[in-house]
Amino acid sequence: MNRRHLLATAALGLSLAFGGAASAQDKTKACFVYVGPIGDGGWTYQHHQGALAVQEAYGDKVEIAWQENVPEGADAERVLTQMALGGCDIIFTTSFGYMDPTNAVAKKFPNVKFEHATGFKRESPNVSTYNARFYEGRAVQGVIAGRMTKTNKIGYIGSFPIPEVIMGINSYYLHAKKVNPDVELTVVWAFTWFDPAKEADAAKAMIEQGVDVIASHTDSTAPLAEAAKAGGKVIGFGQASDMTEYKPSPRVSSIIDNWAPYYVKRVGALMDGTYEQQDAWEGIAGGEVQIGEITDAIPADVKAEAEKLRDDIAAGTYHPFTGPINKQDGSAWLAEGQTAPDGDLLGMGFYVEGIKGDIPK
Amino acid sequence: MLKLEKRPSPSVFWGRATPVLAVALTMMAGSLMFAALGKNPFEAIRTIFWDPLFGEFAWYLRGQLLVKAGPLILIAVGLSLGFRAGIWNIGAEGQYIMGAICGAAVGLAAYPTESWLIFPVMVLAGAFGGWVWAMIPAILKTRFNTNEILVSLMLVYVAETVLAMASTGFLRNPDGAGFPGSRNFSSYPAAANPELIAGTGLHWGGVAALGAVVAAYVLLQRHILGFQIKLAGQAPRAARFAGVSPKRLVVMCLGIAGALAGLAGMFEVTGPAGQISIDFNSNYGFTAIIVAFLGRLNPVGILFAGLLMALTYIGGEMASTNLGLPSAAIQAFQGMLLFFLLACDLLTNFRIVPARKEVR
Amino acid sequence: MFGGIDPALLIASLMVASVPILLAATGELVVEKAGVLNLGVEGMMIMGAVCGFITAVVTGSPALGFLGGAAGGAGLSLLFALLTQVMQANQVASGLALTLFGLGLSSLLGQGYVGIKPPHTGAVPFGPLADIPFFGRVIFGHDPLVYLSVLAVAAVWIFLRNARGGLILRAVGESHEAAHALGYKVRRIRVLAILFGGAMAGLGGAYISLVRVPQWTDGITAGAGWIALAIVVFASWRPWRVLLGAWLFGGITVLQLNLQAAGSGIPVEYLSMSPYLITILVLVIMSSGRGRAALNAPASLGQNFHAAR
Repeated sequence: MNRRHLLATAALGLSLAFGGAASAQDKTKACFVYVGPIGDGGWTYQHHQGALAVQEAYGDKVEIAWQENVPEGADAERVLTQMALGGCDIIFTTSFGYMDPTNAVAKKFPNVKFEHATGFKRESPNVSTYNARFYEGRAVQGVIAGRMTKTNKIGYIGSFPIPEVIMGINSYYLHAKKVNPDVELTVVWAFTWFDPAKEADAAKAMIEQGVDVIASHTDSTAPLAEAAKAGGKVIGFGQASDMTEYKPSPRVSSIIDNWAPYYVKRVGALMDGTYEQQDAWEGIAGGEVQIGEITDAIPADVKAEAEKLRDDIAAGTYHPFTGPINKQDGSAWLAEGQTAPDGDLLGMGFYVEGIKGDIPK
Repeated sequence: MLKLEKRPSPSVFWGRATPVLAVALTMMAGSLMFAALGKNPFEAIRTIFWDPLFGEFAWYLRGQLLVKAGPLILIAVGLSLGFRAGIWNIGAEGQYIMGAICGAAVGLAAYPTESWLIFPVMVLAGAFGGWVWAMIPAILKTRFNTNEILVSLMLVYVAETVLAMASTGFLRNPDGAGFPGSRNFSSYPAAANPELIAGTGLHWGGVAALGAVVAAYVLLQRHILGFQIKLAGQAPRAARFAGVSPKRLVVMCLGIAGALAGLAGMFEVTGPAGQISIDFNSNYGFTAIIVAFLGRLNPVGILFAGLLMALTYIGGEMASTNLGLPSAAIQAFQGMLLFFLLACDLLTNFRIVPARKEVR
Repeated sequence: MFGGIDPALLIASLMVASVPILLAATGELVVEKAGVLNLGVEGMMIMGAVCGFITAVVTGSPALGFLGGAAGGAGLSLLFALLTQVMQANQVASGLALTLFGLGLSSLLGQGYVGIKPPHTGAVPFGPLADIPFFGRVIFGHDPLVYLSVLAVAAVWIFLRNARGGLILRAVGESHEAAHALGYKVRRIRVLAILFGGAMAGLGGAYISLVRVPQWTDGITAGAGWIALAIVVFASWRPWRVLLGAWLFGGITVLQLNLQAAGSGIPVEYLSMSPYLITILVLVIMSSGRGRAALNAPASLGQNFHAAR
């Protein structure tokens, strides 16, 4: 509840006594639920940077609170309830697994706004969802990978076979293929969100198979460190955070999860009364997906090509999934010129034509 | 100098008093840590220990204590039987996962049939899943002499992979637009495990936990199996002379522990968690090992130990959200509490006396 | 080449991949041989990881980093020694509490060290030896800790088998009453063993944060300590079998990732569980049909000792 909202309430002639109870706190309280520790240097760390940006932007008009390491399921429901009871005005739940708990708790607290990251359920009017089009960043990486590979083998370390990851793999492959028809993609599934040593092994296994460009969907710098050991022959990308410590090579670019613009915008909207339920899925254009500096380890023409793709996507003149695209089994998915509907992307469970191997079931 | 003298039997007074002493000592040590982190130590301690029980939102949080403690107690009671007999089941986490998967699979296979029979069958399936997973180390141990610590622990990781397969594959919600995770049981009443009395947090898992405490107490006091378990733990050779079959004991103890862990998983997935997801398990199986020992392997002790652990989780969360304490500080604080509880047990079993010169 | 996988590269990688669990398991072996069951390996490893990382970053020296890691692990194990040897607390519960405490404390210490690259640990310069086909890659291309981990196994083997101290340590683990009656300081020996185990676990943790990954993030050991515990059991408390177990487990982990990368066609989910299943299978084969001899656990394992007089 904020001051302007209260005035509006009073102007409408509603009970002042009711509003009076809330006026004890004239700050807007924004709360964040994290699935990992802030010190993970990746997913949760970046969300927390967004939370800090909210504090930075509004100073003492907002109060932020957060809870790390919240397991999905029963614990999430309890933490959300505690936060709602504890006076949070808006709660950001930053992991897909919080989807059902978020919707369940939101029903009980209609005056609290809930924002769920990466999900699709908005069962009551106070639940919004938001996500970032990371596949746009994967497209840029794909172009760099296709141009830079000398062995024509590029790699991708996946966590679990979920649509978000499959979408990234497809985008990466399609754009590498576009600039280099001979390219082959190797996917290794770690079957874990977080095990840096295993990520290092996965990167190493790929390098031994002749892969010389590695993208990863897991957040540690382990794959870059492995690439660095190959003596300049292997390059990779920063994931979630910029990973500048591996510049200029092997880290030649990066995808940065940048939640700050969205968080600042939503909390601001709540404060000035323009807040509405929505389903936000922004990408490079909205600033949620940032392409980290493309270093000089990349030839200028490739760099220019990648940057042009980035700018075209940002301008909305190009969609990374534009037909004709066939599925892996050869059946048609998108016709010439057709762009992928968001629903297809969000539930993506297939590889595009040309990728070898099966998605684990 | 002081020295320790073993008491002929554990002191009843200190048995009751040490937990209180330990909590008091933890509060002091914890205060120092919280102060070092720049937080008000009194507020932190109050938030952790007092607020969940008597604070503004205690009406909600007291129930949550039961939700959190239920699976811990249920699993720990099962484990304690094996630990007493010297059977080391470290893999309750895996048995918990498999119980949840089997229970959920039965329920989801019946979807959307409405029948009162569904839930009881799911309960059986959950217990069966955990039991089967525990029978693997049991049979390998009795048939091939394979150490159960390794087998049960390794099977946790296998179960985690099966869980990932279930939530992205064979149990995935067909209406979930390709996202991982099963259907939510809260929207399928015949298979759901809801709150039994609104606001208390009590669901069938809590009932089962209390039942297990009573059953284990009776088993250990009155039943021949309980006697055999105690005997095997205290005097293995004597147990063999008394006709206790070590193999039977391994199968029984692992089986009971597995079935109870499976039940805990099944109640959790159909109730508080609501669905099978990649990260469904949250270390209850490992934490329950601590709870079992904290409760001195005694069913009633486990009941209190489970509630105390749950309190530190819930209070810790509140301290973390309200005071901005890192969750790592809460973890360290829990570790300290355990250290003090374990160390203070000294007073129960030993007497501290002034050392005398020994007469030779 | 075998199914698209180069055996020399595979062996070289598995040696590196198994160093953390090998170091930690070797330490835990000595602890358990002394009759103490310390389930806090994961906690000691992560303390070693964070202390080693901080030391290396602050001093700029990886060597000092490894020492710092060993000191961090040993420091935390001292707490375990205090609880179990002085306060007579239950070992299983104390070990688990140690893991919880270590995970929390390491995260507190490591704040401010996220996103930093530690100084590089180079390979041991063997000169032309490294260019020998096959063996050059397998044997002569590693960093010092790989050799140290194998030497540690050999040293522990010799110590337990031949040294007087090793015999005393084993006596303490087999029957603390008898060892006490013979005049050995049971608890002092156990404390020393616990400290050694802590230092080795810390070293293993530091290897993860300084060489394997190399970075600091919360929870970086990701369960390696539990695997180390399992390896000691797998080895039935024999040093060379610890090496075998660690290499088997590390080898299959590396192999399954290689098979994925080579596009083997075996479903990934089965590959992903294979290290655990194959470890169980091999243990079943090794332990079956050997009667009680296979149960090589120290007789006093997990029991606290209190001198009656």
